[in-house]
Amino acid sequence: MKILVAVKRVVDYNVRVRPMADETGVEISNAKMSMNPFDEIAVEEAIRLKEAGIADEVVLVSLGVSQCQETLRTGLAMGADRALHVETDVELQPLAVAGLLKAIVDRENPALVVLGKQAIDDDANQTGQMLAALLGWGQGTFACAVKIESGAAVVTREIDGGTRTVSLKLPAVITTDLRLNEPRYVKLPDIMKAKKKSIEKLAPEDFDLDITPRLQTLKVSEPPKRKAGIIVDDVNELLDKLRNEAKVI
Amino acid sequence: MSALVIADHDNEHLNAATRCTITAAGELGGGVEVLVAGHNCAAVADAAARCEGVSRVLLCDDESCRAQLAENIAPLVVQLAERYTHVLAAATTSGKDLMPRVAALLGVAQISDIIAIVSQDTFIRPIYAGNVLATVQSADSTRVITVRRTAFQSAGDTDNPAPVETVTAAGDSGLARLLEENQTPSERPELTGADVVIAVGRGLGNKEHLDLIEKLADSLGAAIGASRAAVDAGFVPNDYQVGQTGKIVAPRLYIAVGISGAIQHLAGMKDSQVIVAINKDAEAPIFQVADYGIVGDLFTVVPQLIAALNR
Repeated sequence: MKILVAVKRVVDYNVRVRPMADETGVEISNAKMSMNPFDEIAVEEAIRLKEAGIADEVVLVSLGVSQCQETLRTGLAMGADRALHVETDVELQPLAVAGLLKAIVDRENPALVVLGKQAIDDDANQTGQMLAALLGWGQGTFACAVKIESGAAVVTREIDGGTRTVSLKLPAVITTDLRLNEPRYVKLPDIMKAKKKSIEKLAPEDFDLDITPRLQTLKVSEPPKRKAGIIVDDVNELLDKLRNEAKVI
Repeated sequence: MSALVIADHDNEHLNAATRCTITAAGELGGGVEVLVAGHNCAAVADAAARCEGVSRVLLCDDESCRAQLAENIAPLVVQLAERYTHVLAAATTSGKDLMPRVAALLGVAQISDIIAIVSQDTFIRPIYAGNVLATVQSADSTRVITVRRTAFQSAGDTDNPAPVETVTAAGDSGLARLLEENQTPSERPELTGADVVIAVGRGLGNKEHLDLIEKLADSLGAAIGASRAAVDAGFVPNDYQVGQTGKIVAPRLYIAVGISGAIQHLAGMKDSQVIVAINKDAEAPIFQVADYGIVGDLFTVVPQLIAALNR
């Protein structure tokens, strides 16, 4: 079984992102970039399925600027077999990403596509569901446990009231939640080995697809700031403030 | 122009988040209709019909809709969508699961987690864990939207219920089957709608100490939430997580106990009306968003707080 994992290069989760003064975009030109944390979990899950003898090949794909290759190298060092890079400087929105991923799926024919439930930059939480729709496949979103058994993926999903477990006919799309696994740290020898693995370069023009953004960002702004609070001395002062000043209890 | 709201429900009760979505849909200025897709869910349709601002309810009562699998519901929504300019759902886990599938089948963008409506095609939504607000304009003829519950008032009830009409299901896709559902049992108010939330973090140290937090929650009739660290450590179930990728809450009073305040956590609670932080580390970032802070050991402060509240 072949598994395709989609990974996105995003601003590192520790970076506090701010809008630019003219509100036309965000200040990230010098920010540290990393693999989207949810995608790292997706790579880990695919590699574990390979280590368990369920998958025989793990293929990574990333879409975007040339530096996405660094992100792909990280995934290859974790243990993926090879990678595809659809290189473009054009802003790709989830529907365009899903369309390009479908074209890759049509070429690679994986039995499973695993991707993060959401990217921590645009916080859209859409691509996996959109890809499943375009492929006409089942979708196991927000997965915290995955089992492959007799032609089906049994996926436990984190939902608002607890969890639910679904059985999906393969091929299927799975999106990962935080509790699915803890991604491994890559070791130096793995990084060296990964340099020999192949990254095939593609371009959006290789596929007959309209990838024009559907949403135009008119402006980005800072959310309203909370006014500075105070440190109180003890519980009695706190309750007095909550009762008589804030009037919330 | 009119809007279709997809109801979030469990075949018995209408999720309160849908009431907020109905309010958002009403702000668009046209009619608001609600789709209730499920099985043996007439009570939900009746509740939706009584919501203020709703002009019609479409009820799809079918075995194939019982588990509300996105694979079965999305084709139904797509069939109905051409009559509407906007299709909205609450940004609950079911809304987030369903709506991108609907949008992709329609070949349009989806606009996630909106917190304000600027005009019929322009919306404000948080990005980068809520550190930035983006104003986005849609070029699509059908706008598929998920709505952040805490940003809109809940629609009240009216004495003049809207008519309920039945629609036919799209059938079972055969792609997915529900095997099991595990609801976290709780006697407490639902987290995203609670008036008071007590949230616990890594500082709790140990699952056995949770009873302290429960006692405090009992004293205030509060829901319990948590930081990712507390969920990962197994102190509380996953559905307690508040933050960028968990639940978004904005209660009247939020008390953060032993939570340092990572930006991912702040993203889920910084719109609370009043924030209280209890932490032994005076430098913890949570104090930067707190209205009132107590620097101290939670195992000293919380018992004092419980005693004072119960006095």
